[in-house]
Amino acid sequence: MPDILHLREVKKNYLQPDGSVLRILDIPEFRVAVGEQLALVGKSGCGKTTLLHVIAGISRPDSGKVRIDDFDITLMSEAESDRFRAERIGYVFQTFNLLSAFSALENVLIAMRFASGRPNRARAKQLLERVGLGHRMTHRPTQLSVGEQQRVAVARALANKPKILLADEPTANVDAGHQQQVLDLIRETCREENVALMIVTHSAEVAGEFGRVDRLDDFNLAAVK
Amino acid sequence: MSLIKIAWRSIRQRALASGMTAFAMGLGVALVVTVLVVHSIIEQSFKRGTIGCNFIVGGKGSQYQLVLNTIFHVEQPLGNIPYQYMEELQNRYTPILQTMVPLCMGHDYKTHPAIATTQDYFDKLTYKDGDKFAFDKGRNFKDENFYEAVVGAKVAQWLGLKLDDEIEPVAPGEAKVKDSHGHHPFKIVGILKPTGTANDRAVFLNIEGFWRCPAHNPPPAEAGKTAPGKEKSPEKKPESAEEHGPDAASGHVHDETCDHEHEINREVSAILIGTKSGSPDPSVKAMTAKISALMELEINKGPVAQTVNPGRVLTTLLDTMVGKIQLILLILAVLVVVEAGIGIMVSMYNSMSDRKHDIAIMRALGASRFTVMAIILLESILLALGGGLFGLLVGHGMVAAMSSVIAEQSGVFVSGLDFRPVELILIPGLIVLAALVGYLPAMYAYKTDVAKSLMAGT
Repeated sequence: MPDILHLREVKKNYLQPDGSVLRILDIPEFRVAVGEQLALVGKSGCGKTTLLHVIAGISRPDSGKVRIDDFDITLMSEAESDRFRAERIGYVFQTFNLLSAFSALENVLIAMRFASGRPNRARAKQLLERVGLGHRMTHRPTQLSVGEQQRVAVARALANKPKILLADEPTANVDAGHQQQVLDLIRETCREENVALMIVTHSAEVAGEFGRVDRLDDFNLAAVK
Repeated sequence: MSLIKIAWRSIRQRALASGMTAFAMGLGVALVVTVLVVHSIIEQSFKRGTIGCNFIVGGKGSQYQLVLNTIFHVEQPLGNIPYQYMEELQNRYTPILQTMVPLCMGHDYKTHPAIATTQDYFDKLTYKDGDKFAFDKGRNFKDENFYEAVVGAKVAQWLGLKLDDEIEPVAPGEAKVKDSHGHHPFKIVGILKPTGTANDRAVFLNIEGFWRCPAHNPPPAEAGKTAPGKEKSPEKKPESAEEHGPDAASGHVHDETCDHEHEINREVSAILIGTKSGSPDPSVKAMTAKISALMELEINKGPVAQTVNPGRVLTTLLDTMVGKIQLILLILAVLVVVEAGIGIMVSMYNSMSDRKHDIAIMRALGASRFTVMAIILLESILLALGGGLFGLLVGHGMVAAMSSVIAEQSGVFVSGLDFRPVELILIPGLIVLAALVGYLPAMYAYKTDVAKSLMAGT
């Protein structure tokens, strides 16, 4: 299978207030194939979220190449990378990060608006129905349960038919009863849409469900499974 | 989903703060609108208030008082001038005169100004842009029917006056009396069509009948010796009951004092003079200009009266007094709008730290820096425009609410639907203001660090 994601010599440091440099990422090589699903584990504060940000183009690496779908996003201007992210990368946050002023349907439509400028209402509805929220489309996030909010976040992340879905501990804030449900939903939907999935998790249980597990340790990624 | 809708949703989410800032903007705009509309209407009324005459002759005193009293029927009249003086002017300047209409003012009928004049007032004078007076009901009074009256449209409406009603004007503070020292009733023979001028709220009496009323003609014992301008009853005393007016015709018995034998006090408050300055004949025009200047000089140098060009006086009044007041009010109103604009900026800027996370989410979803900046600017513009539209409605509502007071106080009729072209400047003006005040919060959104804000919200 061809790669959908290819990181090469990616380095990311933070300048600390005392002037010292904190190394976060130093990844010589990392690849994810089209439609592949993997879990990324690592200690708290090891740089997992930073790695997702770098892959999504939210943060820039200090050096190295980040190729997604054969496009090197490190060579793009910020506006180009914003557009690229909207069109080809789906992102599910740990805290869902729904926009509270908008309904479930509008949260999905907004993501489409930022990608193509032409929201596809039918697809937005179809996605919400697929995640079991056909009857809650007009509800605001505050009117939805935690599990429902995360399902809206999944629908939103898939709105623009991304090539890769980055999920940052998507089950961390979901109660135990719904964790599996959310995880299954993400995995199934990605499978149906042939979207690669890279999920960050602390849970060994969640990681155990994936055929490929990578650990971020000492700034680098290493295959665990 | 359009950016405007996204901006609108953000406004709705902060409904109270947004509503208050838009309300403040609305009040500022309402003030601007009120000042603009009222001034513009007053300006127009002033400019068209010359009633088709070139000069007003009246007693010595304030030019403004003379013009305001004669044209707008406000203020007290200056001292009277003898009717003889008018006749002298008529004889001396016949070649350039087209119209000469005497006015007696200072009386009123149920608080509405009562103006004694001749039928020429409605036959020869004009209003606004040269419009002729027209009657909704009845006709103009006739000079030979002494006790006939015409009433303005608003007076008729407000007081429920109709044709053949009788009215008795009184001097201010004077009780209506019917004894030999009172006023004679005047019969309404015409109701004017609305003119949009002060004439709508006035009643007009036949000047001859007014002069003949006993209140203006104390018996010889009281009157003492003959004063200048007083003379024996004129030769044109009506010969028949028909000519004597409707009262006589209808069998009304005048008390003797109305046609009394003693002298009649003929004085006028003002004389409206129309010259041949608009003559198509250049030589007549030139002659009129020359003699008019001479006439103006002679009258003003003399001890009896003064003459003013009403257009000139009104323009001066407008430029020096009304214009300055308007400028001050306009500056204050604009400052209120600017202050409201700053209110929008402060409100939005204060909300930015709460919204940083939402902005970061939008950025993470693919919105560019310019897109989030545009959303914030649109919010500012929507707030300013919303407030502006509200202000336009309130402003015109205020004009409508004040219209009766303005009409009462100044004789100028305004309508809440009087929109001024200058109001169109408000819209682009508000957009520019909103863009300026929205710039700071928009830049805040533009500079939001997505990664940091997302992590902070985690």
